[in-house]
Amino acid sequence: MKINKIILSFISAVAILLSTSVVSFAKVVGDKIVLGAAISLTGKYSSNGVHTQNGYNMAVDRINSMGGVKVGGKTYKFEIIYYDDESNPKRAAQLAERLISQDGVEFMLGPYSSGLTKAIAPVTEKYGVPMVEANGASRSLFTKGYKYLFAVLAPANLYLDVAIDLAVEKNNGKPVTVAMAFEQDAFSQDVRLGVLDAIKRTGSKKVIDDKLPKELNDMAATLVKVKQMKPDVLVVSGHTKGALTAIRQIAEMKVDVPMLAMTHCDAAKLSKQHGKNSQYALCASQWHKTLTYKDNFFKDGMKYAADFEKEFGYDPPYQSAESSAALLVFKDAFERANSFDQKKVRDALAATNMQTFYGNIKFAEGGQNVDKPMVLFQVMCDGSGKCENKVVAPTKWASAKLIHPIPKWSER
Amino acid sequence: MDFMVFQYPMITVQACLDGLLLGILFALIAYGMALQWGVMNIINIAQGDLVILGGYIAYFMYLYGIHPAWGVIVSPIIMYFIGVGIYKLVINKVVDRDLFISILATFGISILFMQLMNFAFGADVVLANSGYGTTMLFDNNVTLPNSKIFSAFVSIIFAICLVIYMKKSKLGRAIRATAQNARAAKILGVDTEKVYAATFGINAALCGVAGALISITFTIHPYMGLPYTIRSFMIVIVAGLGNLPGVAMSGMGLGVFEEFADYILGTEFRIGSVFLLLVLILVYRRFKLSRKREYLK
Repeated sequence: MKINKIILSFISAVAILLSTSVVSFAKVVGDKIVLGAAISLTGKYSSNGVHTQNGYNMAVDRINSMGGVKVGGKTYKFEIIYYDDESNPKRAAQLAERLISQDGVEFMLGPYSSGLTKAIAPVTEKYGVPMVEANGASRSLFTKGYKYLFAVLAPANLYLDVAIDLAVEKNNGKPVTVAMAFEQDAFSQDVRLGVLDAIKRTGSKKVIDDKLPKELNDMAATLVKVKQMKPDVLVVSGHTKGALTAIRQIAEMKVDVPMLAMTHCDAAKLSKQHGKNSQYALCASQWHKTLTYKDNFFKDGMKYAADFEKEFGYDPPYQSAESSAALLVFKDAFERANSFDQKKVRDALAATNMQTFYGNIKFAEGGQNVDKPMVLFQVMCDGSGKCENKVVAPTKWASAKLIHPIPKWSER
Repeated sequence: MDFMVFQYPMITVQACLDGLLLGILFALIAYGMALQWGVMNIINIAQGDLVILGGYIAYFMYLYGIHPAWGVIVSPIIMYFIGVGIYKLVINKVVDRDLFISILATFGISILFMQLMNFAFGADVVLANSGYGTTMLFDNNVTLPNSKIFSAFVSIIFAICLVIYMKKSKLGRAIRATAQNARAAKILGVDTEKVYAATFGINAALCGVAGALISITFTIHPYMGLPYTIRSFMIVIVAGLGNLPGVAMSGMGLGVFEEFADYILGTEFRIGSVFLLLVLILVYRRFKLSRKREYLK
């Protein structure tokens, strides 16, 4: 009997909670524009989920404190409803559904990771809810003909093709040999496709093409092959664990390769975990604080990084920067549309052409940002063992000169 | 398919050595599983998660400036008490029930541990640097990270100590007696409840050692436990319970098998090949058993 009572009271408590939450939120209430976001606050993406959330919050505070959004002569402030998607695509889709149909959200911000964005996009598309996302780079997001999806970041296939071009350039324009090791997930495989395109374009040759498992923590076999085949470039993409494992084992096995290019070095905090062993690694990044793009809200990258560190206590990874940029895009679109009509906002988003501290933003037909190149930085250490990421390509943004080829282990 | 591993003798040597060193580490985890499986008839699905938890202990020592190698001493001590705690909370309620209940219970513990570790330590992949350097063999053609050699060495020491302990100490004898016949041991005055708790604690401690070694040689992540459970399960299935040399041999065999599968089938099938092998062995054992039964008829 007692148990029944407890269950009953629990259910009614949940019901009351739900009903109040439905009443208290709606699209544009009073002077508030309410955006919805499902974010991974727990589960395997939780660290990057928090970076994303911090980026969003930082931009909301900044825009609100600098006058908010002006639509139809009235000033509005941003507010975000967050739900925790537990790093689970199914849950993310449910939450998107809930944000739109129960909470009445009319504009969405993206979750973290390509996989979760893929799960949410069909939902926002179905309801015609414009979504600006900052953390889903998979190429397949932009080939489905989505009309309401806009990504401020460069698509995944552009992550590492710059590295191949750079290697060819350093080889006096002659083709190079490439060893590849990519995790088997949507994002890394897209990066792989981009590298394959670059190999084809430059007439280069792939000598190793390994796929890494999800539970990856040992890539000794791939590295032994690299030692044997002696390629000009080794390309690795397997999220944080791939980057960490690669650096550890390359150092332990003394693998000499003239160029090592990876993704996810920023988030992996490579140089912090590995110190000098990570030196000379090239990392693809959406953003770096030394880039000289400018806007009115955050000024430039250096200022953004300083403000971010003051507020959250750590150097902003690019995941935070691009998330902040998503809010700037929304603000710009609302003001140009001068309306909260979803269609009009969508059209305004599609016509976006602006510069933010994070980079230029202009959307292609598929919704990807085509106006912002990826940057490559190289981990460089000084004599005391302090390491820093320095941008080396594209040349326009470079703050240091590429060190090539990587010195042999026997000479370090 | 890629048979490069056989074309260059140095790669074959490298693969064998890598596999052996890895296999010794697997064998240590599997030995813990065999021990508590034999004594308590419990298949511990949370084995891998205990390993990862042990790894986090070493990692935190490393964060606070202590060399992670000390983790192989500290981690088992802490893990022993965690193991005894799990026993007192959960396992003692399922120890006499059928295997299915214990699998369910430990599966639950596994999920709980994963989430708790994710909650407490975050979802980042982490590792502890030992700074041990590398051993080069055969004119620098074969490289062995000293951290791997260190882990194999430590695993062997712990295994030897455990064998001696089981043979000589009072508790060790009690554990063996309980494994043979729990009821008879009880009648003869063995406190089986205490034996069970100690067994589970020792198993957790072995996982702690292995985890500390893994944090030095590979990487640690809250969700990386399951492959270690599967591997140790397989090693125990092949070797049988209470057969330490068998566990060591099948551990090393699995290590080498994995390494070669990695070269020949590709890294993506590395863990998959372990699963496949597990299925094959289970089918084979069943086939063999059914033949025996027919013979008995």
